[in-house]
This record gives sequence, C-alpha cells and structure tokens, in this order.
Amino acid sequence: MNPRRFPFTREISLAVMAYLYVPVVVLIAYSFNANRTATIWTHASVSWYGRILENPSIQAAAWNSLVLAVCAATAATLLALLAALSTRRDFLGRGAAETVLNMPLILPEIVVAVATLLLFVALGVHLGLTAMMAAHTAFCIPFAYLPIRARLDGMSGTYEEAAQDLYASRFRTFRRVTMPMLWPGVMAGFTLAFVTSLDDFLTSFFLSGPGTTTLPVYIFSAIRSGISPEINAISAVMLVVSVLLVALSFFLGRLRR
Amino acid sequence: MMHNPTLRRASLLTPAIAVILLLIGVPLCLMGWISLLGKGTSSGVDWASLPSVANYVRLVWEEDFDGTMILNSSYLVIFLRSVVLAAVTTIFSLLLGLPVALWMAGLSRTGRDAMLLLITIPFWTNLLVRNYAWLIILREDGWVAKSVNAISPFGPVQLLYNDTAVAIGLTYSFLPFMILPLYTVFEKFDWRLLEAAYDLGATRKRALRRVLLPIATPGIMAGSLLVFIPCLGAFVTPALLGGGKTLMLGNIIQMQFGASRNWPFGASLSVILLAAMLIVMTAMALLRNRRTA
Amino acid sequence: MTDASVPPAVSIRNVSKSFGKGIYTVPVLDDVSLNIDRREFFTLLGPSGCGKTTLLRLIAGFETANAGTIAIEGQDVTAAPPFHRPVNTVFQSYALFPHLTVEQNVAFALVEQGLAREAIRTRVGEALEMVRMGAFARRRPAELSGGQQQRVALARALAPRPRVLLLDEPLSALDLKLRKEMQLELKQLQAEAGITFLFVTHDQEEALTLSDRVAVMQAGKILQMGPPREIYERPTHRFVADFIGDINLLEGEALPGGGVRLGPGAVVPLTCATPGKVTIAIRPERARLATVGEGTLDATVIHSAYLGTAMLHKLGLPDGSTFLLRQSESSGPPPETGSRVGLTLPGEAIRVLLQ
Ligand SMILES: Nc1ncnc2c1ncn2[C@@H]1O[C@H](COP(=O)(O)OP(=O)(O)OP(=O)(O)O)[C@@H](O)[C@H]1O
Ligand SMILES: [Mg+2]
Repeated sequence: MNPRRFPFTREISLAVMAYLYVPVVVLIAYSFNANRTATIWTHASVSWYGRILENPSIQAAAWNSLVLAVCAATAATLLALLAALSTRRDFLGRGAAETVLNMPLILPEIVVAVATLLLFVALGVHLGLTAMMAAHTAFCIPFAYLPIRARLDGMSGTYEEAAQDLYASRFRTFRRVTMPMLWPGVMAGFTLAFVTSLDDFLTSFFLSGPGTTTLPVYIFSAIRSGISPEINAISAVMLVVSVLLVALSFFLGRLRR
Repeated sequence: MMHNPTLRRASLLTPAIAVILLLIGVPLCLMGWISLLGKGTSSGVDWASLPSVANYVRLVWEEDFDGTMILNSSYLVIFLRSVVLAAVTTIFSLLLGLPVALWMAGLSRTGRDAMLLLITIPFWTNLLVRNYAWLIILREDGWVAKSVNAISPFGPVQLLYNDTAVAIGLTYSFLPFMILPLYTVFEKFDWRLLEAAYDLGATRKRALRRVLLPIATPGIMAGSLLVFIPCLGAFVTPALLGGGKTLMLGNIIQMQFGASRNWPFGASLSVILLAAMLIVMTAMALLRNRRTA
Repeated sequence: MTDASVPPAVSIRNVSKSFGKGIYTVPVLDDVSLNIDRREFFTLLGPSGCGKTTLLRLIAGFETANAGTIAIEGQDVTAAPPFHRPVNTVFQSYALFPHLTVEQNVAFALVEQGLAREAIRTRVGEALEMVRMGAFARRRPAELSGGQQQRVALARALAPRPRVLLLDEPLSALDLKLRKEMQLELKQLQAEAGITFLFVTHDQEEALTLSDRVAVMQAGKILQMGPPREIYERPTHRFVADFIGDINLLEGEALPGGGVRLGPGAVVPLTCATPGKVTIAIRPERARLATVGEGTLDATVIHSAYLGTAMLHKLGLPDGSTFLLRQSESSGPPPETGSRVGLTLPGEAIRVLLQ
C-alpha cells in the first residue's frame, strides 16, 4: 500500500484540470469559428484574427497595453532589483520593508485602484498613460521582487567572496559575478511584472483617460455590448501571449540552478 | 561608492518603498479621509465639507422623505452576499484543491513540476478573459444551457447571471491560490509518518484525519485566506457572470465612481471592504498563534 | 631557514576575533600569533569549530579582526579589502563561477589585474596545463567531476601568482582514492610554483604527510606549532598527543626527587619542573615488551591484532586502564593472549604533557 496514493484524488485532479482548462480551450476553439452568431459552428477560419488586425481601436489599445507593460515592468524590475539586493542580509526593519514591498499582493485591487484615482484627481494629475504607468509600476514591484529574491536566496555569498579574492572590486564583483548569476531571476521577475501589467484590467479601467484605453479595458467594454467573434479572437491572443510569457519565466527561474 | 553598509542599503531600498508608499499607502489614507467628506457637485468630492460619518450611516440607515431614519437593507444584503459568496468559494476551492494537492505531492519530480506549471498558468492569464470564457459556456443559447434545459424537469433554467454562476466563476478564478499552499505543505510532508500510522493499525480514514489533516492545517489556513480575500473584493466575475443582478462589494464601489458619481460614499464602501479584510486576516493570525502556542 | 632580513610570507600578531554583539559574543580566535616562511607548506590542523576557517578568512580579508595585525610579506594588510591582498583562496566548495567556462574562470583574476589578452591566454594555458585540465578549457563547471573542479579551482587561484595560497579543506569533498592522488599533486604543485601554501584540514594524516610545519589548534588557540615529526614525537599538550595518531596516556605523580611514579613500584626516570600530578604520553611503537617483573610495569595481554609488518597488542595495566603496544616483527615472538608480560617505557620516548 503506497501511503502517497489516496483513492479518487487522481480522478478529482483530472476533473479539476478539465475545469481549469476546458473554458480556455472552448474560447480558443470558438475564436476559429467562421459563423458570426458565435453559437453555431460552421467551419474553421482565421478571419476574425484578420478582422482584429484591421480594427484601429484594437490596434491602439494593444499598443497602449504594450507600452504600458514595457515601461511599468522595466521600472518595477529596476526598483525590485535594488530592493532585493538591499534585503539580502538581515537587518533591523527588514520584516517591515518586506511587508511594504508585498503590500500590493494582499490589498484588494479595486480598493487600491479607486484610492489611486482619488489621489490623482486630488492632485490634479491628468488621467491617462502616465498615470497608469505610475500605478502599474507600484503594484508590479512584488511580482518582480519575489523571483529576484528567490534567486538571490539560492545564491551563496561564496561566489562574491571568490570574485573579491580574485581582485575584483565591489563594483566589478557586482558586474562580473552577481549580475550574471542573478540575470535569470531578473528576467523571470521582469516577465511576471510584464504579464501582470499586460493583464491588468481594474487599475487601467479607473485610470485610463480618453484615447488611452488598454486591451483589457477595451475587451471589457466590448463584452458589455455582447459576445462577438472578435472578442473571442482577441481574448485568445491575450491568453496565448500570457501563457507563453509565464512558461518562459518559469524556465528562466530554473535555469542553471 | 558608499562604504557605509547602512547608508548603501537605505539608498537601495528607498526607491521601491517610496513608490509603493506614495502610490498605494498615501492614496489609502486619503481615501479614508475622503470617506468622511460630502459628495461634490462638479467633481466627485466636496473638499470644503465638514468631515462626518454620514457616509457610513448611509450604509445602514436611510433618510425618509419626512426626515426620519429608516433601515436600508440593500447595502447590507450586498455585503452579506459578498461574504457568503467568498465563503462558499473558499469551501469549494478547499474541497477541490485538497485532493489535487495530495495527488500532486505523490507524483514524480517531473510530474510535480508539470502540474505546478499547469496550476500556475491560469493565475497569470487574464482574469477578464477567463471569466469571459465561462460567459460563452453558460450563456442561454450555448449548447450547455440547451442540453441542461432539454433534460431539466423544472422547465428552462437560467445558468447565467445568478449566484451559482458567480460562485463557479470565483472558484475557477481563485482555485490555484488554494492548491499552491496546500501542495507546499504536502511536498514537505514526511510520508513515513503516514506509513507509521498504518503500521500502528490506523485505517486510511483515521490516518488521514489524525496525521494528515493537522499537518495540512497551516496550508488550509493560508489557502483559505488567499481565496477569501480576493473573492471579497471581486469585481470582474460578478460584473460578467452576475450580470448586474448578483452584485458584490466591488461592483457597488465601482458604481459610485461611475454612474452614481458619489466618490466619498464609494470611499467609505472601500474602507468597509478593507476593514472586513483586515478583520479576517487578524482572526486568522490569532487562530494560528493559538495553534502554535 | 628563517632569515631575519626577509619578512615572513604571512605574519599574524596577537589576532583575536569574536562574532556577535553584547551577551551573544562568541570568541572564536584568542590571541593567535604565527609566522609562515616563504615557500613553506604550512597547515592548520584542528577539530571542527576550532577557528581554522575563521583564521583563513581573516588572512583573505573576508572578516576583520577585533585585535591584532596581519602582514603579508612585510606589508600590513589588516585593514585592506580582499581585492587588495596578494593572496588567493581555494574554497572548500570550490566556488567556481557557474556562468563562466573553465577558461574564463581561470582568467578571472588576470582580467582584473589588467593583463593584455595575449598574456592572459598564455597564463591561462599554463595554469590549466599545470593541473592537467587543458582539454577541458571550454567546459562549464557543472560539466566537471568533483576532482576536476578541484583542479580548476587550484588553477584559478594559482594563475594570478599570489604570494600566498590559502586552501580551506580543499580535499574534503573527494573520495579517499582521489584524495590521496590530489595530496601528492598538491605537494608537487607547491614545489613547482614556489608559492607559500596555507592549508587547512582536520585530517591529521593529511597534515603530517603534506606539511613543512603544522599548527595544532583547539578552541581558538594554537597549542603547538612545528614540523610534523616534532608534533608527532614530542607533543606538548594532552590535546595534541590525543589528536594525532595513536598514543598511550598515563596518569602519574612527579616525585620531588625526580622521576614519575606510575603505580606502586613503577617509577620512570623523568624530571619534571613541578612535583604533583602529571600526564605522560608514549607512542605504541616506542614501548617495548620485557619479561615479567623486568619492565617498568607488568601487564596482561588482552588482545592482539596482526598488522602485516607488525603486531598491535592491547594490554591491561594494573590500574585497570589499557595500553596499546606495537611490536615490530623483528623483535621476537608475540606473547599469547592472556599471558602476563613486562612493559618497558624508555625514558627518552616519554613525553610529559601540559593539560
Ligand atoms: N559568521 C559567523 N557568525 C557567528 N559565528 C561564527 C561565524 N563564523 C564562524 N562562527 C563560529 O566560529 C567558530 C569557528 O568556526 P570556523 O568555521 O572557523 O571553524 P573551523 O575550524 O573551520 O571548523 P570546520 O572544521 O568545521 O570547518 C564556530 O563555533 C562557528 O560557529
Ligand atoms: Mg572550516
């Protein structure tokens, strides 16, 4: 009797995996349905993908999302990298610092989003891409921080000592040893921050101004006005992009461990 | 270069902390203040109004046309619905997540890694899109609804835009948050303990209850917190699958910043949501401390 | 050997080190002083936790001493950072950079020293040839066996031609056979490169076979320092005697008129500074068998083992303790188990120990 095997766990697990993935598969399948009334399956076609490529508002929204995600993820990764380097050793107040850094993970996003909206309006900040970039940077920090921290924790300080022993100054040690060894963690952190920003709906929903809609905000308002094959197609694209990026970050995280 | 380690550390740490405090900490404080102010005419807030708790009173009491205060249960109902839906989702997630985590922990190294990736992927994909997928599956003219209606003895059933649809969507959205902490516990679990329990004559059921459950408890608590908290503040799922009928806290907060344009009232609703979340987290922490003490 | 005009390779003066603050202070090194001569193979030997690694880290510059000075070839480096000290370390875990190839690892310090590309290439080639790893230049550390990583770590530390090479238990991760091989190679390398080696181990056999001089440490102090033969044959402390090789320790009483009494009627002719209780030590191979009543003591043979070229006898003494005696084959027939024998303890083979 293997103590690790429990009756029905396998069957339930497979059912749960189906629960998690069947909707995704259905969505992607429907995006290839040629029929306009998305209910009836006629034959496979990629025409809806062609349609979204031609739609100028989708193009604009996609571009906004991309610019936003690149900027926010870059800034968040940079800030997270510095923070991770400084919290490597224990010090008084390290716990408090980590709590603040992880704060965006625990707080309900809708509350943070409306609070930020209130702040920006109170300060007279113009809503739009810049406002979204600032807000996205803040909540992306923990997503970048955690993989970098994990990488650092798994990295023994001996390598840096070895570099200094071999005549590398502190800065040169950072450049030639710390950074290259940390790089997969930094890339994993960047990817996760990028995906988080790219997928974000709520914050952008409250902070986007006229003409600065992001893709998720566009999808939301489109869904509000009814199911359509275009939404299926653009949703499928978003899903696939996220999955690819996360898989990438997963493999980066385990690189040369 | 700075050679004073404290100074160097502070200068590295400050930017990230400052960004989070300025863009999340300060707004939350400001929101607390605004929740005490009155509704503005042109903008959302009347900055000149005197601070009062009127917005919080409004949650429960309503001024009648002749000036007497009468009970207004509509917000209470929504609040309760949010709590109940969050609780139900947590229980569903636990019932589904526990067997999955157990099964995963018994797999080979590659199997576990693959499952881990499969469980994490939904977490990183767009919540909106994933809930939209359920909209497609459950909608009235979809084949699921049609087949259910064909065999339903109660006449046509509405699958969408009700509490059940929201619960399905919420469980679907947050299930990975339950599986991951449970799996972490089981992965570290020393399975020889269970073997020992069997050797001592425990039946499978008893072994599960006496050995495995106590060990799983920290994972269950962590997972429950991770599911309950975001459920309480959910917006996308009830907005899509609740269809304006099954409202949750997140939806009425959004309304105050949209159509109703009563920002101070929206702020007070947000404060309530935060407070509820803090109460649950504190209760959990106390429970955990009592267990370890 | 020591020339007063040439400063020693390493000179440590009254160095103390403790970790922690306030009531959590843990003293690790207590007033350590030592000189290591140029081209010497010097070994720090001691049990786990006695402070060997800490002393090495102080010399390399990874830790700062609470008190005392450290000089390398006459130059005070007490306050210098690791990258300004002309010493290199072979780490116990090797610490080869996983993101660099073998070649790049060995070139690491040479790049920092600002050597020209051509010079770096030749130096890397030489260093890898020296450890016979030339064929592996393009590999990454993860693709090497433990012994090969060990050699690369050596080459990397030797390539910049340090004044002193610090080796912290470099062989402890290797299996016994490879370890013996590497011991020989290390010794050869040191002779070829003409570099001072400061070697750390807790393996006494390794220390004795490799070193020119050995320092035995215990609890942050150096108890005895000297060539292996001296440490082995003339231990000054009970701890040193016990730590290195097999030895018999006997309790006795130093008599005011000279001589040490080991039991009723058993007096060995030794002179001690102060009368009173003493511990004496004698190696198993230095004691001799005699006929009953004619030795220093009488004993019973409890057990004998054949060792190839010698016999090892376990003897029971009158006070109930046991005594090991190694009898070479040439010194007559072995006694039977259970028989009574005499035991001669030659005065020149006995050491009187400090506690
Ligand atoms: N960074 C540190 N902080 C606190 N205590 C330390 C630190 N480094 C070493 N010690 C303590 O100092 C003592 C000596 O450690 P050291 O590593 O020098 O021993 P060692 O002789 O090299 O032992 P081993 O043979 O096990 O390597 C140990 O008791 C250890 O716990
Ligand atoms: Mg050590």
